Amino acid sequence: MPRDSEPINEPHAKATLPRLPGRIGWGPVKDAAIAALVAFGLFVLMIGIRTDQGPTGALVISTRFGTLAALVAGVFTGSLLRSLLWHQLAAWFGRSLSAPARAVTATIAPFASSALLAFALLVPVLFYSNRYYLDLAILIVTYTMLGFGLNIVVGLAGLLDLGYVAFYAVGAYSYALIAQDFGVSFWICLPLAGILAAFAGFLLGFPVLRLRGDYLAIVTLGFGEIIRLILLNWQDLTGGPNGVAAPNPTFFGRPFTAADNGFAATFGLHYSPTHRVVFLYYLILALALLTNWVTLRLRRLPLGRAWEALREDEIACKALGINTTTTKLTAFAMGAMFGGFAGAFFATRQGFISPESFTFTESAFVLAIVVLGGMGSQLGVAVAAAVMLGAFELFREFEQYRMLVFGAAMVVVMIYRPRGLVSRRTPSVLLHRHGAASDTPAQAPP
Amino acid sequence: MEYFVQQLINGITLGSIYGLIAIGYTMVYGIIGMINFAHGDIFMVGAFLALIAFLVLVALGVSSVPLALFIVLLVSMGLTALYGWTVERVAYRPLRQSFRLAPLISAIGMSIVLQNYVQVAQGARVKPLPPLIGGGYTLFADNAFAVRLSNIQIMVVVTTFVLMAGFSWLVANTRLGRNMRACEQDLKMAALVGIDVDRTISLTFVIGAALAAVAGLMFLLYYGVIDFFIGFLAGVKAFTAAVLGGIGSLPGAMLGGLLIGLIETMWSAYFSIEYKDVAAFSILIIVLIFLPSGILGRPEVEKV
Repeated sequence: MPRDSEPINEPHAKATLPRLPGRIGWGPVKDAAIAALVAFGLFVLMIGIRTDQGPTGALVISTRFGTLAALVAGVFTGSLLRSLLWHQLAAWFGRSLSAPARAVTATIAPFASSALLAFALLVPVLFYSNRYYLDLAILIVTYTMLGFGLNIVVGLAGLLDLGYVAFYAVGAYSYALIAQDFGVSFWICLPLAGILAAFAGFLLGFPVLRLRGDYLAIVTLGFGEIIRLILLNWQDLTGGPNGVAAPNPTFFGRPFTAADNGFAATFGLHYSPTHRVVFLYYLILALALLTNWVTLRLRRLPLGRAWEALREDEIACKALGINTTTTKLTAFAMGAMFGGFAGAFFATRQGFISPESFTFTESAFVLAIVVLGGMGSQLGVAVAAAVMLGAFELFREFEQYRMLVFGAAMVVVMIYRPRGLVSRRTPSVLLHRHGAASDTPAQAPP
Repeated sequence: MEYFVQQLINGITLGSIYGLIAIGYTMVYGIIGMINFAHGDIFMVGAFLALIAFLVLVALGVSSVPLALFIVLLVSMGLTALYGWTVERVAYRPLRQSFRLAPLISAIGMSIVLQNYVQVAQGARVKPLPPLIGGGYTLFADNAFAVRLSNIQIMVVVTTFVLMAGFSWLVANTRLGRNMRACEQDLKMAALVGIDVDRTISLTFVIGAALAAVAGLMFLLYYGVIDFFIGFLAGVKAFTAAVLGGIGSLPGAMLGGLLIGLIETMWSAYFSIEYKDVAAFSILIIVLIFLPSGILGRPEVEKV
């Protein structure tokens, strides 16, 4: 690891002479050699040796020294290049990107969300004949909606929720079970699913919200797992690992079938299975836009401002007389409610749900979307969801590497752009022109 | 009664493993106040490294089991410690000055990375290992039920207590231990009096990872099967143990580990095995709400 990546403001930074320009010496080579040595130690057994089950069932080993050598060489060159070129690259990026890029961003930003919205509205028109793109678009918007919901909790109120998928699950199972057992339509179930999920959020939030940030994260993780294990083991109600069927969506009572009372027949159209997909797309888009709209409005209310204040400094909040418990609780319940809506949609789209869909990985994925998009930024979340799921599809053959890459991306973003890749987190309201959380005194992008 | 004693033995064995992992959580939390979310996955990496090292030794023709185990222990401790060091250096150290949630999010990213790295490198299937240490003692037998204490259980518990004793000695009596305690009390002040804080933190991660590697080896020998996902549950349970015992306290971690192991075993034995993980998670939530400073911990005062 090159030493010059260390922050200068470390209180105990060793006294080192500033490196003279033009004279580099053997330092970088030594650093790179150390990095390569560390990489060798890390990879020698894990990558160099592969274990597989042999014909008898016992493990047999095979060697992969070629891959090992390539990785170590890669680390050596990477480290060398980094220490040699880092300053130049950083300077170049800083010069060429900062001022013009900021100007470009400033001009584009007001139009970006409108353009994105227009595109989102036109997706079914543009890709009507391409079922694959429509399904992908539905997936992207679903995760955008989940990201919006989690953004209220993580991005606005600053509470790290690692069990968000629990509320998604509560919404999905509420819809499936209520619709199945009572024969109620989607439009009645949807608010019910949201209310039940919000109630779950309330139940969880009430006792645990006094906890510190990272304790809260672990508790929500535990809650998410408890919900999943209950769904898995309460066989009488949830069908256990076999899951439950959820009724298909209908257009306000008209099913998407070729029957006489179906959607196509009612409107005098030729029956096409795509109608259902397009309807689902607009349904989730409407839900996501509703979430977005509510969030944007809430940020202007005293409640939303209290959330952001809470995120910045909890003790100061208390000193100002804000009831932190109820403020956190509303953020939690609000986020949970939108998670529940998304869950109900997920259930009606899939037609079948099982606990497998609600693992911790799912929570981590939604969190990654929010983190990469820039916590608190709505546009950022939408872009991050599109980019991440798009990348998933693009690199389908590298399926096993994708979570590896996204985990690494979370780390890298935290180190280099902690306010998010796409956007930066700015308070909606600033008293002074130079706020503590941002150096550009601008309104938060929508 | 026999059944209960048997469960007690099993619970103590399991609890020892949790206790070893819990030390890593408790030390890191004590010093830099962050939950090292990737620690459970470090444990998993340790178990894998032990498995691979053992297979390599077998392939090289080492036939003496005690010798092989000793080498495996050293190799997996050393290499896992390197993983611990790298994780701290790459993912946590640059974030010392960042905002509150940044290290935790980075740790979650690191946990995802480690899990998927092992999955990519070694495959997603479970890895079985035939039992290496057989035999044991029948303590006493009823006509229906015999209480067994196997050699592996003895080994797990003895190793754990030897390591615990050694580590407590290290913290109480060595220069490194003194530095660690100083850092735990006040990072800035420790730096001012000339303690190399970065080095102390690095060594904390190294020691925590080495202990997790021992736990990984024990897990491998005790259960005989591992996969890339074992770190998640074991990590959460060990964290629960650390919190239950009082985070930041070493004897607390051990006590918490034993309690969690016992509770989990007893719950599976007397109530329902399906809900044993629910029991562990519920304990975590209940402890955090009603006893946030744990059994042996100090109450935490939040400063502005």
